[in-house]
Amino acid sequence: MHPVVLSGVERTYRLDSVDVPALVAIDLVILPDRFTVISGPSGSGKTTLLNLIGCIDRPDRGTIMVGGHQVQSLSDDALSDFRGRRLGFVFQNFNLLPVLTAYENVEYPMLLGQVSKRRRQSRVQKLLVAVGLEAFGHHRPGQLSGGQRQRVAIARALARKPELVLADEPTANLDSKTGAEIIELMRRLQRRYHISFVFSSHDPKVLEAADDAIHIRDGRIVSIERRDGQPVAPA
Amino acid sequence: MRTLLLAVRNLLRNRRRSLMTLLAMMIGLVAVLLFGGYIRDINYALQSDYVRLSGHLQLQRQGYFRYGSGNPAAYGIRDYEQVLARLRADPVLEPMLAVATPTLQFGGIAGNFAAGVSRTIYASGAIVEDQNRMHRWNDYGLTMLSQQRTLAGSPPDSAVIGTGVARVLQLCAELAVPDCESVKSAAAPDGAALPDDIAALASGQGPAPAKTAGGAARIEILATNAHGAPNVAAVNVVRAEFQGIKELDDVSVALHLSQAQKLIFGAERPQVTAIALQLRHTAQMPAARERIAALLAAAPAADPLEIVDYETLNPYYGQTMAMFAAMFGFISVLIGGIVLFTVGNTMSMAVIERTVEIGTLRAIGLRRGGIRALFVTEGLLLGLLGAVLGIGVAIALAGLITALGLTWLPPGRVEPVALAVRVASEHRMMLVGAIGLVVVAGLSAILPAARAARMNIVDALRHV
Repeated sequence: MHPVVLSGVERTYRLDSVDVPALVAIDLVILPDRFTVISGPSGSGKTTLLNLIGCIDRPDRGTIMVGGHQVQSLSDDALSDFRGRRLGFVFQNFNLLPVLTAYENVEYPMLLGQVSKRRRQSRVQKLLVAVGLEAFGHHRPGQLSGGQRQRVAIARALARKPELVLADEPTANLDSKTGAEIIELMRRLQRRYHISFVFSSHDPKVLEAADDAIHIRDGRIVSIERRDGQPVAPA
Repeated sequence: MRTLLLAVRNLLRNRRRSLMTLLAMMIGLVAVLLFGGYIRDINYALQSDYVRLSGHLQLQRQGYFRYGSGNPAAYGIRDYEQVLARLRADPVLEPMLAVATPTLQFGGIAGNFAAGVSRTIYASGAIVEDQNRMHRWNDYGLTMLSQQRTLAGSPPDSAVIGTGVARVLQLCAELAVPDCESVKSAAAPDGAALPDDIAALASGQGPAPAKTAGGAARIEILATNAHGAPNVAAVNVVRAEFQGIKELDDVSVALHLSQAQKLIFGAERPQVTAIALQLRHTAQMPAARERIAALLAAAPAADPLEIVDYETLNPYYGQTMAMFAAMFGFISVLIGGIVLFTVGNTMSMAVIERTVEIGTLRAIGLRRGGIRALFVTEGLLLGLLGAVLGIGVAIALAGLITALGLTWLPPGRVEPVALAVRVASEHRMMLVGAIGLVVVAGLSAILPAARAARMNIVDALRHV
């Protein structure tokens, strides 16, 4: 298991003719096998940081090490393969493929990874049981509630046994009870599968559940809390 | 598999739009196939016409086609009977031959001296029974509306003339020519006697000529004989037939071969200007041609011969088909363009609507190529489905149109032909049409697919 290491990372967006710095000089180590929350107000750079760690965006400056690889230098196809193999994603709006059933949504990343049918079937069944949706495998996303959709999304994120799961505000579109259940589920799965979970959230319940909390404001890291007392590792 | 599954589901997701796109493609393909099937039938009808008239191949004296038309004396085939016998007896050629028959064509003057009128003509002598057999050739299963040639069963001194010839020779009443009024000629008084010298010439060729009277149409044909001297034959006109084209109708005279040979060659050894060879199937032409050339090379005829095919003999056929091919190409390109924009528009809308999905697929590991493949597959599937439906509908409509039993008179034809559209039997046309549609549909999806593949993942995920 490797930590995620960001060194001197900067990202600026250009809106019309104005440069808007989203992240400024980020040095950060995210420890493996932990439940890490990136928190901060809207526009603080949480999602940008998560996108960079998730290899769906590239920094303007600095280096990013994920799973022991310097990901910013990988080609687009190599990054796609890397994401598919090593990372899992949970989105605020669930982002399930509406034309596939819950079973097929969970199976899809494994189809991309050319996993054998037998192994796919076994893995999907296990994951659906793990998220409590074994009876809903044949349902399309449109036939599921918000909480159920997010459970399917979590199962999909875990399909290829990733090292790191990134979740962008996973409870933002859920009611508080369902949100709490989802956090609890993710916490349980993180412990069971020993995966690193990194969230962006300003939900206090998520913050409470975190092992580590990274506070960010105006594109800069304000503080890093290690709840178990581990020292904040230098980048 | 995963791409195909997603593509199929995505097409089913927006059924109405997929259906409208399919409908546009299907109508396009149906239009192309019906027009193609109609052209194909015209092609077969025209080809059958020419093959029935002059055979697939003709053996002619070298240079006759280009320089000798109407000059049988200089370009006659002397040993045509031996040549015919060799061709008919050849074990390779015989199974391919439907009919092998001699013909003699020449130019001359036809006169109705009783009315004091005459005109130049182009006469054709043939063995009527053979011509009738040639006329029955129907390799393409066309609906045959006409019966055997009018000269069948008539005495040797009979003739069939074009209605234009009948008009000029003032034989309208005798031959019941429509839209024809007898115009009195100032050149000779009505009922004038045949000049003595011409009567003498004609009497040497057969029964004494009679004036046009009592409903029997009798004309005299003046031609140059093999020695360059004038010769006359008196013939009974059994019928006037419209020849389709006015220029031909104004000069056409059909005779029995023996009569034509007597007129040109008299008591000398008769000759012909061509040996017409009708094959069982048009596809046998190259093989037959090759075999005939080999036979002629092995044992040359008394006169140097050349082989001329029906397309060379009838340039109108090639020109007509080229015109139809150009029209077909134009319509195909036009419809291809419409399909291109229709499918392209459908795919572009799909890309916009599925932007977040594209971002999600890219985030979870699908490469740019996978996104491209997904949208192109959707386009190809639409094309494939449109092709299958289009072919089915085109076959049904073509069958319906053909079953209606409508007829029409194409330019250059004497008899009306059945209006038919051939689709079901034209496998190559259907295959090319289907492949064309699938390719166009696939091509039209390429640009939207490329746009989808180029999307920035973060922007795509943010899309509302």
